[in-house]
Amino acid sequence: MPEATTPEDGEDGVRIDLISGARMEGLTSMEKIRLILDSVRDGDIVVLEAGLSPEEESKLIEVTMTEISPDDFSGIEIETYPTSGQPNQGLVGRLLGKEETANKLTVIGPANQIETLHKDEDLISALVSRK
Amino acid sequence: MGLLTNLRDSITRVTDRLFADDEPKRIGIYGPPNAGKTTLANRIARDWTGDAVGPESHIPHETRRARRKENVEIERNGKTVTIDIVDTPGVTTKVDYKEFLDHDMEKEDAVKRSREATEGVAEAMHWLREDVDGVIYVLDSTTDPFTQVNTMLIGIIESQDLPVLIFANKVDLDEADVKRIDDAFPQHETVPLSALEGDNMDEVYEKIAEYFG
Repeated sequence: MPEATTPEDGEDGVRIDLISGARMEGLTSMEKIRLILDSVRDGDIVVLEAGLSPEEESKLIEVTMTEISPDDFSGIEIETYPTSGQPNQGLVGRLLGKEETANKLTVIGPANQIETLHKDEDLISALVSRK
Repeated sequence: MGLLTNLRDSITRVTDRLFADDEPKRIGIYGPPNAGKTTLANRIARDWTGDAVGPESHIPHETRRARRKENVEIERNGKTVTIDIVDTPGVTTKVDYKEFLDHDMEKEDAVKRSREATEGVAEAMHWLREDVDGVIYVLDSTTDPFTQVNTMLIGIIESQDLPVLIFANKVDLDEADVKRIDDAFPQHETVPLSALEGDNMDEVYEKIAEYFG
């Protein structure tokens, strides 16, 4: 799979990676988390078409915490469309280990560069500043 | 992970819970920073054991490592439940030491505090997946509950099939709005209380006995 190119030196702006559900589907949980955090630590914004499972969200918080360091990386800002309107997963699905991730568009960015201005069930409005 | 492995793990988890009734249940107190988790943990521990769990403060991340109070025996309506209370650091996705400088702290102390806080949150997240039998989720009823961290945490707890009680804390304050919390998480029961003033603690203990007994 081809990797995304990086901006040339001197180019100004904020890069946004829109990652399809198909691309994430082929990755392990840790590969997904690494992909997200490597981009965010470079100052990029990541938009996931399919979101993460609850277990992956839990691990994302845990790994983010281990990487925070003074004057370098202060963590992530993350927003996801609410999923309360979606049907609840049944007991059988949970027993079989299936976790609901569909239709959970998620925006993740560096905490010092992205600020959520507004969120409701069909709109996420964010302010992104340059480094 | 294969389908059969998942099924076997799920059945093991369920049977472990069914046959572990003699052991105290480990109840994690989770929630965002400054929701009053330690104040509640101290209130419960003092009421039933006479000892506190840890220091309280208005500065975020006062609790930076999880603290455990073991064998807290709560009796309500003829039902007795023994729990280990695990007071956890406030869960967040970001910690910036500069925020602590506003609380008259030197940079060195602020950096140390933020480092301890991040370790504590990572530990709390790990425990949530591996080491708790139930969750008390504490929210500050004077603030908007519909944050991403709250939504994610409640989703994570639900995905673990853990019993969860939502406590709307700080109802002694004029700005408290319990209905807002009720509306944000309608799939769970919300219990209003003031851990600081001790308001509505009878219902709190009734619900703990009912949910975790």
